Amino acid sequence: MSLTVTGQPPKAGLWSRVSEALWRRPWARATLLLTPPLAWFLLIYIAALVVLLITAFWQTNQLTGNIVRVWSLSNFAQIFQAPAYRSIIARTVGIAAGVTAVDMIIAFPFAYFMARVAARRTRTVLYVAILLPLWASYLAKIYAWQLVLDRDGVLNWGLGKLGLGHLNLIYTNWAVFVTFCYIWLPYMVIPIYAAMERIPPSQIEASQDLGARTWRTTRSVILPLVLPGIVAGSIFTFSLTLGDYITPTLIGGTNSTFIGTIIYSNIGIANNVPFAAAMAIVPIAIMACYLFGARALGAFREL
Amino acid sequence: MHSQHSQQGTLGRACRSALLIGAVALVAACSSSSSGGGGGPGGGVGGVPTANLPVLHKIGKGEGQLNLIAWEGYLQPQWVHPFEKQTGCVVNAKYAGSSDEMVSLMRNGGGGQYDMVSSSGDADLRIIYAGDARPVNMSLIPSWNDFYPAFKSPPFNTVGGVHYGVSLQWGPNVLMYNTKTFPAPPTSWSVIYNPKYKGQITIPDNPIQIADAALYLEKTQPKLGITDPYELTQPQFQAAVSLLANQRPLVKKYWALASQEISEFKNGDATIGAGWPYQVSALKGSKFPIGSVVPAEGATGWADTWMLAAKVPHPNCAYQWMRYISTPQVQAEQAVSYGETPDNMLACGYMDKISKGSCAQYHANAPASYLRSISLWKTPVPTCDNGKNDCVPYSQWVSAWNTQVK
Repeated sequence: MSLTVTGQPPKAGLWSRVSEALWRRPWARATLLLTPPLAWFLLIYIAALVVLLITAFWQTNQLTGNIVRVWSLSNFAQIFQAPAYRSIIARTVGIAAGVTAVDMIIAFPFAYFMARVAARRTRTVLYVAILLPLWASYLAKIYAWQLVLDRDGVLNWGLGKLGLGHLNLIYTNWAVFVTFCYIWLPYMVIPIYAAMERIPPSQIEASQDLGARTWRTTRSVILPLVLPGIVAGSIFTFSLTLGDYITPTLIGGTNSTFIGTIIYSNIGIANNVPFAAAMAIVPIAIMACYLFGARALGAFREL
Repeated sequence: MHSQHSQQGTLGRACRSALLIGAVALVAACSSSSSGGGGGPGGGVGGVPTANLPVLHKIGKGEGQLNLIAWEGYLQPQWVHPFEKQTGCVVNAKYAGSSDEMVSLMRNGGGGQYDMVSSSGDADLRIIYAGDARPVNMSLIPSWNDFYPAFKSPPFNTVGGVHYGVSLQWGPNVLMYNTKTFPAPPTSWSVIYNPKYKGQITIPDNPIQIADAALYLEKTQPKLGITDPYELTQPQFQAAVSLLANQRPLVKKYWALASQEISEFKNGDATIGAGWPYQVSALKGSKFPIGSVVPAEGATGWADTWMLAAKVPHPNCAYQWMRYISTPQVQAEQAVSYGETPDNMLACGYMDKISKGSCAQYHANAPASYLRSISLWKTPVPTCDNGKNDCVPYSQWVSAWNTQVK
């Protein structure tokens, strides 16, 4: 390193000065790294959502179709005072809860088998089998279930062969329920499987050494350790069912209006974006309560 | 210990500064939204903001591209390829599944992206009053002079004498029935309100159905004083909604897609219902015993228009398309292919050349009395034709449909 006449080291270039400044200020480094993804998230995602949801507190002028920026809660009053909207919300939440519960019950033993019992090759085959429906189009899966549940569909054909009569499931809420359980199952299996895999076998052996039988081990050792995975899966199934409107429209009946259907029908010719936004806030609020409850149960401690 | 503390400290500071940037962005977004929100009313004739936009006076050289929003089946290669060869305008199709979708796509005048949309009468006025459509110079479309008088300047696409598009084709919402269950064609819409056929009825899942109920009440309850099923005062509206609410237990399914209605009839889920000639010809094509009729009370109908977008990026190609699609030969091709009725009076002969008997099948040569019995879709707006402002707007149709009918 050559010294100049004055005995000082040579003046640093621009890059090294920037580098030095960042080295001395760790918070600036972190800000620079975080700003692009956070900016994308806030500017494009959150800002767009906020601009839409803010209209929930405004109204539409019927004559001109323009949005009138008068702050009021009348959209929410309209939602919660009409018995029809209340029952639509109750139906949506009820079916979402039911789908979550059924998928939990189906996914738990399936994930346990995959994680702890199956040989490696079987596990891979099962993993691919669970993921394969995700490659099919959403609509194709609904139409497949329409073929199964139809009047002269696969189900009634099978029941007829067994002499078990006839089930009228198509265009009812049962058809919607079954289709949702099927479509969201992979989203429940994968997180539970991931959580199951992480349980060290030593803990299960220790539980058995202490005298616990299968059910006690499952209840006291496995379930608490897998709970974060279950909650993660339940967030998927619950929120996806809460917002869906395509399945109820295609396979549901006269009593299958969901929250999403109302939102969809109010945008477009109806031009009632404020009301649609107010209706959209309802599932967001429900999910927020759900997440707070899950956090209280300690599901996010592992994160 | 100290490094961990400072690590969390730096993370906290970084997060805070990033969030500050984000919050500034949010405030900017919110303030910009208050300056947007659509133009004011009364900019032009009849309260249409774009009524004073200049029209094209001469069709110039084509721009080479044409972006169209259309219903499935409206842009078949059979008539699009000859157009592309003739004019050099390559057609880029964007298919929409519902009138609501078309209205959303046309926001902001088509966004400078779309040239035209083949919207139905229930959406046209919404597009016009939102300022998303542009006035059309009808003198540049010579075939327009051969249109049926009812479709030259219909109220669903012409406001205050200004045309915002050229009418395309139309079709009635007919009463479809299984000929095995109904050997004699039903003569009245009362059959779909009759509890005798509980669980066998299917009607469209569309709030515009309230107009069908209003049309039925116009003839069966004249005391209500309904003259236009799309311009209903509150008491008239409530009567129509109550009729539909009483019908709900009888309905098997409100069909959202034409294919749904076809499979409902095929499965035997439905034996009677409201539908389009498209479903009738599809079922007839698969040898299903289906019949259709326009009952005594008349019927509603949908009529499509090629509307011109306010911010049309390729105006010359757009006008060339309007000229082409209005000619009798092309009108006949589209009518036979899709199963609808052309607006050009001269198309009948061409239809029979393509498919014998199709002209009569789709009522392309029907007398004026047939057309008079059809009440074509129109966006329900608060301004009634009688000058008053107490008609029920479409947003209330939607909420009544969602809360009281379904």
